[in-house]
Amino acid sequence: MYKYDHYDQAMVDARVEDFRDQTRRRINGQLTDDQFKPLRLKNGLYLQLHAYMLRVAIPYGTLDSRQMRKLAHIARTYDRGYGHFTTRQNIQYNWIKLEQAPDILAELATVEMHAIQTSGESIRNVSADQYAGAAADEVIDPRPWAEMLRQMTTFMPEFSYLPRKFKIAVIAAQEDRAAMRWHDFGLRIVRNDAGEIGFEVYPGGGMGRTPFIAYKARDFLPANQIFSYLQAVLRVWNRHARRDNIHKQRMKILVHELGEEEFTRQVEEAFQHILGLGQDFPQAEYDRIAAYFTPPAFEEGLSDEIDRSDPDFAVWLDQQVVAHKAPGYAIANISLKPVGGIPGDISAEQMELVADLAERYSFDELRATHAQNLVLPHVRKQDLYAVWQALVEAGLANANLDLVTDIIACPGLDYCSLANARSIPVAEKIAARFADPARQKDLGELKIKISGCINACGHHHAGHIGILGVDRKGTENYQLLLGGSGDENTTQAKITGPGFDEDGIVDAIERAVEHYRGIREPGERFLDTYRRVGMDGFKEAIYG
Amino acid sequence: MADMLRFRDDTAADEPVVSLDAFLEQPNAVSVRIEAGDDVERLFPHIARVKLVEVDFPKFRDGRGFSTARLLREAGYTGEIKATGDVLVDLVWFMRRCGFDSFAPNVAIDPAVLEASLSRYPYVYQHAADGAVPIWKLRHG
Repeated sequence: MYKYDHYDQAMVDARVEDFRDQTRRRINGQLTDDQFKPLRLKNGLYLQLHAYMLRVAIPYGTLDSRQMRKLAHIARTYDRGYGHFTTRQNIQYNWIKLEQAPDILAELATVEMHAIQTSGESIRNVSADQYAGAAADEVIDPRPWAEMLRQMTTFMPEFSYLPRKFKIAVIAAQEDRAAMRWHDFGLRIVRNDAGEIGFEVYPGGGMGRTPFIAYKARDFLPANQIFSYLQAVLRVWNRHARRDNIHKQRMKILVHELGEEEFTRQVEEAFQHILGLGQDFPQAEYDRIAAYFTPPAFEEGLSDEIDRSDPDFAVWLDQQVVAHKAPGYAIANISLKPVGGIPGDISAEQMELVADLAERYSFDELRATHAQNLVLPHVRKQDLYAVWQALVEAGLANANLDLVTDIIACPGLDYCSLANARSIPVAEKIAARFADPARQKDLGELKIKISGCINACGHHHAGHIGILGVDRKGTENYQLLLGGSGDENTTQAKITGPGFDEDGIVDAIERAVEHYRGIREPGERFLDTYRRVGMDGFKEAIYG
Repeated sequence: MADMLRFRDDTAADEPVVSLDAFLEQPNAVSVRIEAGDDVERLFPHIARVKLVEVDFPKFRDGRGFSTARLLREAGYTGEIKATGDVLVDLVWFMRRCGFDSFAPNVAIDPAVLEASLSRYPYVYQHAADGAVPIWKLRHG
């Protein structure tokens, strides 16, 4: 894992003092609420319905036990004893007092964490494949590049006031586990025929009220030119985006209006100019960062045998554990989606338990996923049973990874001032309806994603089944969408037809799911069947 | 409180400031005002006669002016670049880094807050127009 040197630490410490000063000026009246708002947003502090919410960055979803214990401490000391993992691998706290926010940031800085640029019109926390460094299918570990991007994009002066937010994702495998093409700037690390590392570049994606899937602008950008290329993209967007309508200012809108070809042309022109300024990071800096990500000292000669004699363990094993690149090791997913719970929520005690497990069994590493779950990336297969037993004790041993109850949901109207409808109760009702483990297993991979408004924080455009909460004449109404995906075959979900009330949407999903069960061919997932037969049959099943 | 800040030693230009279109039509004009939507690159063929560029920020959320200043400095312009309009004290450090060297904010700036803000960050992560040496360069000498 990356470790701050005194430069990184000094920058984060300075941001704490900066924010402390801004908060002081707000409290003593030097700043109006309007003036303070953009300043606090650039440091992850939102004003929600009931309290302030603080979003803490987890760069590329990687953290260690010390950091997780600090997150638990913050939950207990400054919040109500829990935190919420988000769809961009971050964690947020929902019950923060403004005057305590600087102290929280100071606590975070002691474990090399921050809330810099986690909201507002800024370059957000870089997300990455949660299996980075462990996955068997990766070209290289993408995290050194993600850390390079973190540093490049921290306090980038030219882009202090971008038209809107800007999200970056980096992956290095053919399989996309990070919804890369739903980002403003997606990067896939590839190796060319000469053996050199570079990026496939995908700009212009994003969800929100006007969803677009990022297009491929470059088959191969030499890796050491990424800073120039990123600046070119940002500059073209910063100069030419609309500034008159906040809903039309994301980069995807400019790409759409100019057309992909013209946008690429302008970027390439700006890129040639910026490249000539010679501001890219040198290989030595990449090497310095990459050294922190050398693989842990995996033991050799370990057995791949796992004792499956405990049937409950075997169920968890089959669902939550995936292949690791080192023999004798496995990647263990920890579900934060208990039936009856809030997707992504975790208590301080659970955080501490997970931290203990990481320290003892996973080379002190943890990952957060965009699906709001956690990962122990490097577990010896012989330790999986002990890990599972500890998870059972903590209520974290659900075996539902990528199944119908592994639902992504935004905080919705229970917390969020932008929401039109509640998301959490809908997620809970769907999970309750499909709680039977045998039924879940029979239905197989089925990704349900729920947003409480058109801003799409719950990724409904990318759901195999998506749900969008809207306000219809003062009552909450839920639209149903089918066929979305955030994987390497990215697709945008389509609306089925008229919306439903809270109970109606659960019934409608059940009808869609039963229709799939009736017509699926052997081995087909819900999404495969939908793609094969199209919307019409599903529509008929749903609306009768 | 300061309603005009200048970080240059030379004498300020006192010729009238004209719009970009007017500047391109008036061969004797030396001071030009760039509005947020203007294409500053149209100025580049005439940059040798420019003494002052005012870059307007109609609202602080409109960050186009940051790129305008960078482009001017990258084109070799060494004269004064003045930020006008909705210039907030918390953005001055970023503006300085982009090449702005004078400020005429709508609302006067508290010099004490400005001083603290400009000296707060000991390092920078990237090259910009201010000549500050980025952290990666400090690391590798």
